[in-house]
Amino acid sequence: MPNKQVLLIEDEPHIAEAIRFILSRAGWGVSVLGDGAQAMARIAEDLPDAIILDLMLPGRSGLEILVDLRADADLSRLPVLMLSARGQGRDREAAERAGATAFLAKPFANADVLARLEAITGGGEARREPA
Amino acid sequence: MARSALTGTRIRERRTALGLKQADLARAAGISAAYLNLIEHNRRRVSDALMERIAQAMGVDPVALSEGAEGALFDGLREAAAAAEAEGGALFQTPDLDRIEEFVGRFPAWAALLASRQARLAALERVVEAYAERMAQDPFLLTSLHEVLSAVTSLRSTAAILVETEDIEPEWRARFLQTIQEESLRLSGTAEALVGYLDEMETAETGLSSPQEQLEAWLEGRGWHFPEIETGAISIPELIAGAPELASAAARTLAEQHLAQLIEDARALPLQTMQAALADLGPDPGAIAARTMAPLAQVLRRLAALPAGQPGLGQPGLVICDGSGTLTFRRAAPGFALPRFAAGCPLWPLYEALARPTQPIRALVDMAGRLPQRFLTYAISEPRPTGFDGPMLMRATMLILPAPADAAEAPARAIGASCRICPRLDCPGRREPSIVSAAG
Repeated sequence: MPNKQVLLIEDEPHIAEAIRFILSRAGWGVSVLGDGAQAMARIAEDLPDAIILDLMLPGRSGLEILVDLRADADLSRLPVLMLSARGQGRDREAAERAGATAFLAKPFANADVLARLEAITGGGEARREPA
Repeated sequence: MARSALTGTRIRERRTALGLKQADLARAAGISAAYLNLIEHNRRRVSDALMERIAQAMGVDPVALSEGAEGALFDGLREAAAAAEAEGGALFQTPDLDRIEEFVGRFPAWAALLASRQARLAALERVVEAYAERMAQDPFLLTSLHEVLSAVTSLRSTAAILVETEDIEPEWRARFLQTIQEESLRLSGTAEALVGYLDEMETAETGLSSPQEQLEAWLEGRGWHFPEIETGAISIPELIAGAPELASAAARTLAEQHLAQLIEDARALPLQTMQAALADLGPDPGAIAARTMAPLAQVLRRLAALPAGQPGLGQPGLVICDGSGTLTFRRAAPGFALPRFAAGCPLWPLYEALARPTQPIRALVDMAGRLPQRFLTYAISEPRPTGFDGPMLMRATMLILPAPADAAEAPARAIGASCRICPRLDCPGRREPSIVSAAG
């Protein structure tokens, strides 16, 4: 069975590298994108099982990407774990309103990233079939 | 005449202040000293006729003895009681408001102390609110916080990997150690800049906020628009008197000057004229100035003072500076951050306009930031009239509008908010290092 795939959209290279390392060791296939502007095209192309989406991104904010994602008939049910490094309360509310599946505030414990990702993708279940 | 149960206390206070003996005042008012004593201890009510005589004997207005002298004191005590009730009365039983006069009468000094503490508490709460508001909006603090949190997140995750992963490959270990080194440097640089900024903030200000910030807070609360000005039914003193944001005399003076300018602009360019021009010409200040024969700077100011929701204007920004480059007016457009202390970015068309007096400048700009945004700016500078042989004073004005949709691919000038938080590290206009890392 192929590994589950996650697309990590995060512009901080060291954070992206750490997350990639953690998830890869847990058996995830991880691809990384550092710019918000290319996000929608890349998601549609990769069709990952889940997305980890930073809120503050160059090019396009994570919230804008999330709103577009939820409005897209083919991608609207994709699980999204939102990351944010500021104003946790307000950001969390905005992310939830926009349709985030889960939210994690920076800085986070490595185990939490994996646990949230597993939780929103239904643990060890099979790959999501593209719509 | 309004008469409170504390009339006697006021008579006693006034008599003592005048250095009169109780017996002398009683005699002058035609009553016994014993009766005056009862009155002064609020144990006898005073008729209007007797009040007149007592007041006359002391040479004061009877009204001063009868009402209102402790209005502020009572208000303060009621506020304290209301605050205690709002907090749920966890520590104390909520005071009995019906006995407030008795309290003041029996313990005037304690009552005054309680009321003054309540006033101090309210003032401190306002300070805290204002600081919290400032922290939430200050672009430097927001950027610094983001930098700190990003660096800490990297450090925490990377360090945890190194500690928790027993079988980590040597090349990964080396890579993560390098990350820790880089992020530590970034964190210390940001922390240093932050401490410097906070020190500067402390010394740069004497009070809660500068008069200019008070004015801006007031205008922000009004939506940067005054319907009263459009209808002509405006009284500047009335508008200003009711504004709690304008806490200082200097802020009120700035508000008066700003309103006078707005009125002049609205007379020259009435709302209907502006709306018709916007409908016919679009948000083009040059075309509107040509049609209305108004000076361009006036058109720029007026466009930023119209009711919200005008076509093509979005939420416009407006900055005005004097010849020294100091920003004398700041209305931020969403995404176009304006610095609080430092001057703006030297690449702003506003400053270019200062160097090219009376020459209109239109420029597409890309504001640097985590989410770079594009704007269309219009700027012009003009001499301010100071009479013959007066000094040469300049004033530059820049209107900031959202970039039109068809300008998405056009070349634009790369600018920032101010050097310290600008990620354009190789900018020719840079005057101090940025706290924002190149990687970010």
